[in-house]
Amino acid sequence: MPAPKTYQLDTLSLHAGQQPDSEFGARAQPIYFTTSYVFPDTDHAASLFNMERAGHVYSRISNPTNAALEERIAALEGGVGAIATASGQAALHLAIVTLMNAGSHIVASGSLYGGSHNLLAYTLPRFGIETTFVKPRDVDAFRAAIRPETRLLFGETLGNPGLDVLDIPRVSEVAHEAGLPLLVDSTFTTPYLMRPFDLGADLIFHSATKFLGGHGVAIGGLLVDGGKFDWDKSGNFPTLSEPYEGFHGMVFTEESTTAAFLLRARREGIRDFGACMSPINAFQIMQGMETLGPRMQRHMDNTRAVVAFLDKHDAVEQVVYPELPSHPDHELARKLLPNGCGAVFSFELKGGRSAGRKFIESLKVFSHLANVGDAKSLVIHPATTTHYRMDDAALRAAGITEGTVRLSIGIESAEDLLEDLSRALRASQKA
Amino acid sequence: MSLEVNGHKTYAYTGNHAFDACLPTVIFIHGAANDHSVWALQSRYFAYHGHNVLAVDLPGHGKSAGDALNDVATFADWVKALMDAVGIEQAAIVGHSMGSLIGLETAARYPAIVTRLALVGTAIPMPVTDALLETSAANDHAAYEMINVFAHSPRAQIGGNRLPGAWMMGNSMRLMERSANGVLHADFTACNSYRGGLDAAKKTKCPVLLILGQRDLMTPPRAAKEAAASFSNARTVMLDGTGHSLMSEQPDAVLDALIDFLRPKNVTAA
Repeated sequence: MPAPKTYQLDTLSLHAGQQPDSEFGARAQPIYFTTSYVFPDTDHAASLFNMERAGHVYSRISNPTNAALEERIAALEGGVGAIATASGQAALHLAIVTLMNAGSHIVASGSLYGGSHNLLAYTLPRFGIETTFVKPRDVDAFRAAIRPETRLLFGETLGNPGLDVLDIPRVSEVAHEAGLPLLVDSTFTTPYLMRPFDLGADLIFHSATKFLGGHGVAIGGLLVDGGKFDWDKSGNFPTLSEPYEGFHGMVFTEESTTAAFLLRARREGIRDFGACMSPINAFQIMQGMETLGPRMQRHMDNTRAVVAFLDKHDAVEQVVYPELPSHPDHELARKLLPNGCGAVFSFELKGGRSAGRKFIESLKVFSHLANVGDAKSLVIHPATTTHYRMDDAALRAAGITEGTVRLSIGIESAEDLLEDLSRALRASQKA
Repeated sequence: MSLEVNGHKTYAYTGNHAFDACLPTVIFIHGAANDHSVWALQSRYFAYHGHNVLAVDLPGHGKSAGDALNDVATFADWVKALMDAVGIEQAAIVGHSMGSLIGLETAARYPAIVTRLALVGTAIPMPVTDALLETSAANDHAAYEMINVFAHSPRAQIGGNRLPGAWMMGNSMRLMERSANGVLHADFTACNSYRGGLDAAKKTKCPVLLILGQRDLMTPPRAAKEAAASFSNARTVMLDGTGHSLMSEQPDAVLDALIDFLRPKNVTAA
């Protein structure tokens, strides 16, 4: 007998986590723009504070609009729950501080978003948390870098800037052999292209600012728990499996078999560090998520058209995209990312920095800015912007050349995008 | 609390409280392929409101060792052994689904030790479909998938959880997936083969509360009707729009019904 069906991604994107408003029947998700919530009586209040009843106390810790968003991303990822944070960086920080203390260690892919790299390489060491960076394609390097004090393995589903495809099944195996969880940043892939929990990841975070929102109007992060990792069995996580004096001696793995991590993250991390999401942002991100499927498909259709165009263009040295046979992770991408490898990629322009500058300045549809994952197409030339202080050698070490251009392909008419690129490429070669 | 019952390490959630012989005790018993955590909110409330709480992990479930039992009568004897191990003479029992059958049989076999009996999401008898028996026997993941859909109301399958940020369908699936091979089938065998429920209902002397979900497909309310009429002292609370996962779908409504039923002024020995 076939198992009964549950709802598919496009349906969950629109509905998961939200019921029509019980007071007025509003179909859209109401924005609960409130700091706090009236208690019916003192006993009810005490029960809410002590986690004997479900509900909201103060919007730093939880909010009904945020909760709907949290449920929605958990449903889309196939997790047990989520926490909305002020930004993607806040989500990464929340994951780390929930799992470890000073003296702990992280093994991370070296191909990370610059903000994540800064946090791990420069900021966390000030608080006693060290990170060893390894090449994301070298699974054995992850294993070799694990120390007794390691508490987390971390990588991006698609690395930055070379779109290294993280071999989640193998890296998670390495993590689990050592009794450690694997955290992945799935910002570039979203649940439409990949569900990392199905491949072995234990925790996921998103910069919801990017493709989940899609509109580029709201900063936010989402931290999702897959609910599979056995924190008790691991023995490496006393923050979850031993009494916590900050909440009446609560042992989180006793309170919740599947969501102990989220429980501590909310009861300590969000409570004490306070990097919560505004309900306005939660509403805006949910509005974007309603169209995640159709948008991501259009992102992919346009990206494939642009990649094919650039790959054959005389002014282009190389296109770095895993769907191309020339990419080192082409076969892995076919296996893990059959629906596409995202809409952010780089290509090498002939002619160096001056050609790059001319190319950027000649574009009309693409916006020149430091973001990705917008519905609008975006472009940046790292050598003259984000990495302008670096000399050629430093650029090469970062996997960037003077001719590297990063595109984030939007959902405009593909024909207009190709025309815009064609004109700018011609101009760049006259620079 | 970790203790030994019938030679096996057994876990019971107590709300982080030491046992107090002066307080009444409530034993919470989970259903098939579940553990104590399905009672998280309700058990914590009673632990902080004048009760000893033992939200158990049945043998072979959660943090408790031993083989899963496949017979409700044996489970009932295990509950008696648990109480003996803790050193309590009487307790109220709250059981969900398979746990409700275990509570019922315990009350019938050992009437002197059960002060009150709350049956949450119950059917008496509790037949299990051939599809679920066959897939669970094969340790086929399809069994969990079927349960997850049948055990949640249409509303719960969309969400809107009262517990902030928690996705009910995901939690339920992950909890079941933690079961060792054979556990779900042993549980279903226990439910399916239990034929003494109506007789047990007639023998039960203590006050009984049935908390039923109006949209429950696993244990439809009509399947508890005859048993409800067989108890000498029973009442029913029906939760509108609620499926079989009553404690997560309607945590406050279940808790309020239990508070009303178990509050100290009502607790008297049978």
